[in-house]
Amino acid sequence: MSVDFRTNEEPEALGGFAQPAAPTSHRLTRGQLVRRRFFRNRGAVIGLVVIGLLVLLALFGSYLLPWQYDQRDLGQYYKPPSGRHLFGTTQAGFDVLARTVRGLGKSLVIGFMVAVIQTTLAALIGSSAAYIGGWYEKAWLWVIDLMLVLPSFFLIAVVSQGGPKGTYAWLLLVVLLAAFGWQLSARVVRSLSMSVKEREYVAAARFMGLSTPRLLVRHIVPNIASMLIVDVCLGVGYAILGEAGLSYFGYGVQAPDTSLGTLIAEGAQSTTIAPWIFLAPAGVLVLLVMSVNALGDGLRDALDPSSMSGGQA
Amino acid sequence: MVRYLLLRVANYAVLLFIAVSLAWVLAQTQLHPRQLFEVRTPPLDPRSIENILRAANVSDQVPLWDRYVTWLRGVFLHWDWGTSPGGGAVGDEIGRRIWVSFRLVTIGWLLGTVLGVALGAWSAVRQYRISDRVVTAIVLILVATPSYVTGEVTKMVATAVNKQVGFQLFLFLGEKSTGTLPGYPLAGLVDRVQHMVLPTLVLTLLGLAGLQRLQRSLMLDALGSDFVRTARAKGLRENRAVMKHALRTALIPTGTYFAFQAATLFVGATYTERIFAFQGMGIYGVDTIATQNINGIVAVTAFGGLCYLVGAILADLMVAFLDPRVRLS
Amino acid sequence: MTVTGGRFTATGDVVLSVRNLHVTFPSEAGLVKAVRGLSFDLRAGETMAIVGESGSGKSVTSLAIMGLHPRAARISGSITLHGRELVGLSDAQMSSIRGEDLAMIFQDPLSALTPVYTIGDQIVEAIQTHHDVSRAAAWKRAVELLDLVGIPNPQLRVKSFPHEFSGGMRQRAMIAQAIANDPDVIIADEPTTALDVTIQAQVLDVLKTAQVETGAAVILITHDLGVVAGMSDRVTVMYAGRPVEQGSVDDIFYRPRMPYTIGLLGAVPRLDATGSEPLATLQGNPPSVVDLPPGCPFSPRCPLAHAGCRTTEPDLAGVGPDHVAACWESDRITREHLTSADIFPVESAGDVPPPDTTPRTERETVLSLENLSRHYPLMKGAVLRRRVGTVYAVDGIDLDLRRGETLGLVGESGCGKSTTLLEILNLHAPTDGRIVVFGKDTSTLGRREKKTMRRDLQVVFQDPMASLDPRMPIFDIIAEPLGVHGWSKGRTETRVMDLLRTVGLEPGHANRYPQHFSGGQRQRIGIARALALEPELIVLDEPVSALDVSIQAGVINLLEDLKKRLRLSYLFVAHDLAVIRHIADRVAVMYLGKIVEVGDIDEVYSRPSHPYTQALLSAIPIPDPTTERSRTRILLHGDLPSPANPPSGCTFRTRCPIFEGLDPEQRTPCLAAMPPLEVAPDGAPVTLAQALDPAEARPGGEDRPVGRDTPTDHLVACYYARPVKVL
Repeated sequence: MSVDFRTNEEPEALGGFAQPAAPTSHRLTRGQLVRRRFFRNRGAVIGLVVIGLLVLLALFGSYLLPWQYDQRDLGQYYKPPSGRHLFGTTQAGFDVLARTVRGLGKSLVIGFMVAVIQTTLAALIGSSAAYIGGWYEKAWLWVIDLMLVLPSFFLIAVVSQGGPKGTYAWLLLVVLLAAFGWQLSARVVRSLSMSVKEREYVAAARFMGLSTPRLLVRHIVPNIASMLIVDVCLGVGYAILGEAGLSYFGYGVQAPDTSLGTLIAEGAQSTTIAPWIFLAPAGVLVLLVMSVNALGDGLRDALDPSSMSGGQA
Repeated sequence: MVRYLLLRVANYAVLLFIAVSLAWVLAQTQLHPRQLFEVRTPPLDPRSIENILRAANVSDQVPLWDRYVTWLRGVFLHWDWGTSPGGGAVGDEIGRRIWVSFRLVTIGWLLGTVLGVALGAWSAVRQYRISDRVVTAIVLILVATPSYVTGEVTKMVATAVNKQVGFQLFLFLGEKSTGTLPGYPLAGLVDRVQHMVLPTLVLTLLGLAGLQRLQRSLMLDALGSDFVRTARAKGLRENRAVMKHALRTALIPTGTYFAFQAATLFVGATYTERIFAFQGMGIYGVDTIATQNINGIVAVTAFGGLCYLVGAILADLMVAFLDPRVRLS
Repeated sequence: MTVTGGRFTATGDVVLSVRNLHVTFPSEAGLVKAVRGLSFDLRAGETMAIVGESGSGKSVTSLAIMGLHPRAARISGSITLHGRELVGLSDAQMSSIRGEDLAMIFQDPLSALTPVYTIGDQIVEAIQTHHDVSRAAAWKRAVELLDLVGIPNPQLRVKSFPHEFSGGMRQRAMIAQAIANDPDVIIADEPTTALDVTIQAQVLDVLKTAQVETGAAVILITHDLGVVAGMSDRVTVMYAGRPVEQGSVDDIFYRPRMPYTIGLLGAVPRLDATGSEPLATLQGNPPSVVDLPPGCPFSPRCPLAHAGCRTTEPDLAGVGPDHVAACWESDRITREHLTSADIFPVESAGDVPPPDTTPRTERETVLSLENLSRHYPLMKGAVLRRRVGTVYAVDGIDLDLRRGETLGLVGESGCGKSTTLLEILNLHAPTDGRIVVFGKDTSTLGRREKKTMRRDLQVVFQDPMASLDPRMPIFDIIAEPLGVHGWSKGRTETRVMDLLRTVGLEPGHANRYPQHFSGGQRQRIGIARALALEPELIVLDEPVSALDVSIQAGVINLLEDLKKRLRLSYLFVAHDLAVIRHIADRVAVMYLGKIVEVGDIDEVYSRPSHPYTQALLSAIPIPDPTTERSRTRILLHGDLPSPANPPSGCTFRTRCPIFEGLDPEQRTPCLAAMPPLEVAPDGAPVTLAQALDPAEARPGGEDRPVGRDTPTDHLVACYYARPVKVL
């Protein structure tokens, strides 16, 4: 599903009519318009708030919550949610809430890191391929095809299985997830850059004698920036789900680290006797991914003036 | 068109060959089947371990290039994809499992597609009404929910229902019951249906969620297009203009997606297979990694890649079939 | 084929009656009052034009009549068809009227037809929606309709998909579909705006045929006053959602009583006007229809406006029989016979140096193209791309441009005029031939020399929105070329402020972004950027074609003024021959990558000698009803052939009206080779009728007289060239 990130539109003063907007006496700046469109999208705003709260919880949870993730409440095994343990306890008497918050933190870190790395890769590779063209472009397109052919899940699992273990093993996971996550975005960036390249103001700058690097920095990159912002946002969701999926089979984050994925995998062992151990991290995962997606969609609709979904007046 | 297709297939063959070779290198260097045997009790002597590993062409004492040549010979000359460390032929295992996956996935895939397209088109037409908002909200939740969560929750609900009704209404271990079946007619079929309901539900929801979003946005584009307005100007009622002009045009990309997915049915649904204990392709991939089965994971990767590329070609054919602009150029 | 521009006289009954129509809908910026109080009666067989600029509410009106306005829109007033009220009807009721009694033709024929069904299927659908006829009968009718609208081989083409048709053919199919059920009212919303002039002439002709065939009343929505003059009986002029003047076409064109109408008519460059008096310039921009201030919406731009105009909006009042205008000053306009020259004073141009009187041949050549060619490989295949042919975009052209001169390069889309321009700007070696700018061959330039040359060679693009980076304030946009050439900060600042004043913009607005400006202002920003480095040669690619008429005039005047003051040379690419006549000193006509006629502007327009130039000139409507009624048109057959597969011999022969009348022997030279550009023949121009008479055709060649009174730089590429009086 490709989205047209046209960026140089003026306010759609005439709503759905196929007529150019009448010049308005009090024109809205692009920023104001984007903000207005974004904040009208209730889902996106809720998503933003939820993400904010979850990040705060992950950062300061250990100071706010009554139990630490590695603190056993002796005698309290497989206890359902109660005043003492809001989300219940595990088989070994750990507080599910504290562990969920701990896992959430790791999931968030992985999600953001992967998203930033893969979007950066996509932006660099996609835009340079579009701008340089020729064999360079062909080679990258071929590499993208190649990587899409490979079932990334199994390959990440293979490397994760055979790779180094220890405290920093999750960094390898971040690299792997990013390495297999940039291809589709790079294609979008490439076609977007091609269309930006064809725009008259880029031609105008070239005919002025502007050098290629300056042309890229001044005219091309800023115009794909809004697409990249959205891509980072949706990439967070992809990465969190990807990590959790790997962890579910034991190929993701390795003990002693925990993530939402490892907690879900653990909880799935005892859904019949203690469903809360599973439901708490699963619920948080769904909530987080939903919020990130809603935020990404909202940003896209707000930044993309041609989007119908943002245009309800 | 034929010439174009042949070129395309040739290009894909090269792509697949390189992709699988890369996967082979990765598996050979990252997995360590020797460990499997070294921890055995009673301990095996190193010489017999080496023999077992060499028999499977996975010994790290043989140079990588030699192993590669042996593997290529096996694949190209004898269509032999090697054996697992335990000794079973990988090819046979895959041949058996793809049909398990196929039986598991097909119904859910079809249902998910039909419902997803219908719901997507419907909610686009009703944009911003309550019904659209409800459908869109549910889909938003479904899209954010990975299949293992859907699967586990389904299982939890089914267990509760089973407890309520007092007998095993839903069964969720494998394709069919082992052991003897009750004596009533069609007992075998009923048993299979009892096993299929839950995984099919999970897969339907999974497919539905993605397609609803795709179809809704395609449909919104089509609804705003000039040709729908022309159709209305001819005197077509809103519903008819929408169904005949907007939906038909908006189905082109969905058709492509559908064709692409058809090829990937055999690859399976890894999480669903695990949760409902189906011995399909997806779970085989996971298990081969856990059991250091180098030949197994390479074969799975090759099969997955093949499905992807066949899907891409099917998608091309589908576009040509659905879109006269592509067909005639 | 010639067609006399006659009109269908209206004698019928009122079919459609609109009373006090208001259309309002919500938008981002607030409540849009798109139409405010429109009333008119439309009689059978009559054509009424609704004229206005973008945002005037003309298209919204048409959608409201059809009942196809967005759901959020609120409509009040009354629309009656044969006495039946349409406002408030259900979708089912409206659907039985749409396509049966009311038909509509949309602007963009590409997007208006469903891509996945054949043309035949779509016409059949239009018939079967309203009539219970068999598919075979409906299909037969579809073929007849396509034949009627002039589609060749209708039995075959009826099975084509829309993308297999050219723009003109699609619009014909659209008309066929609209008249399928013999409607009483046809609404045509800018039906020819997206088409080239020769195709526009064909389509307008088909529209007239369709009207005669159905006896329908036509509402023609357009911004082109020439089309209005030629097509309509009555005219409604709209401004900011309101009808400001209504009357017969002669009343509106010869006795306009509202300053906006007067200004609009004065602002159109005319094909038949010699000399280059500045066009009437309407200051400012049309207002937003969101939050209109009280008073007459035109008052901020109206030189006659007084305090009363700014407080109370005038209603339409009679200024003659069947002629109404909404203006407090219409009495004064009638009394004092005010014209556009009286009402809209010409912008004071500042100090204009005396015109350069050096003869053309003695001036420096700033640009010369020698046998310039640009061929593109035609590639096919997605995986292994291979060359399957060659696109002859530009195929051997010679041109020269002297200092202080404007050379107009005209032709229809696909003729290679924009490619020519890009070839010059790229400063690369062309496929063949030479480009010499300021005496230097561009293929020999080093990096530094190119940079120097770019300083003296600047460009203004067509779309002022697309050519300005939306993320930069206009100060940075105008300063960008200065930065490239290393100007200091302080100098840059003064220069940008000077430039803003030069092009008539407020220096205080330097920090605003392009989207804060209207189309005309943006084009001025583009011009300021082109002027920044004090260039000598500016190439302009359709610089005014995206602008509304009232805005366009101001930009044209600015360009003319700058040329005189700064002694610039222009290479002006345009498809609008009227604009070219107004601004250019010389003109070159391109067809399929070749120049077919070139010469002094007045010479070429008064004695066009190539049949293509003659057809182009005759196809352009003139905003003068009497002239339009008496004009004879040459209608060219078919569409422009593909530049990848040009016809052998003379590339124009497939559409040439002269070639068509020749006997096989006479055709031999045309089939053999492309005629060379030679001095145009002498003698008094003949009439169009004579020109097309095969008995009169005689080859030029060696006995072509080179007369004393024919300038030797009027060149034409045709074996049967002879001057014809078209205008």
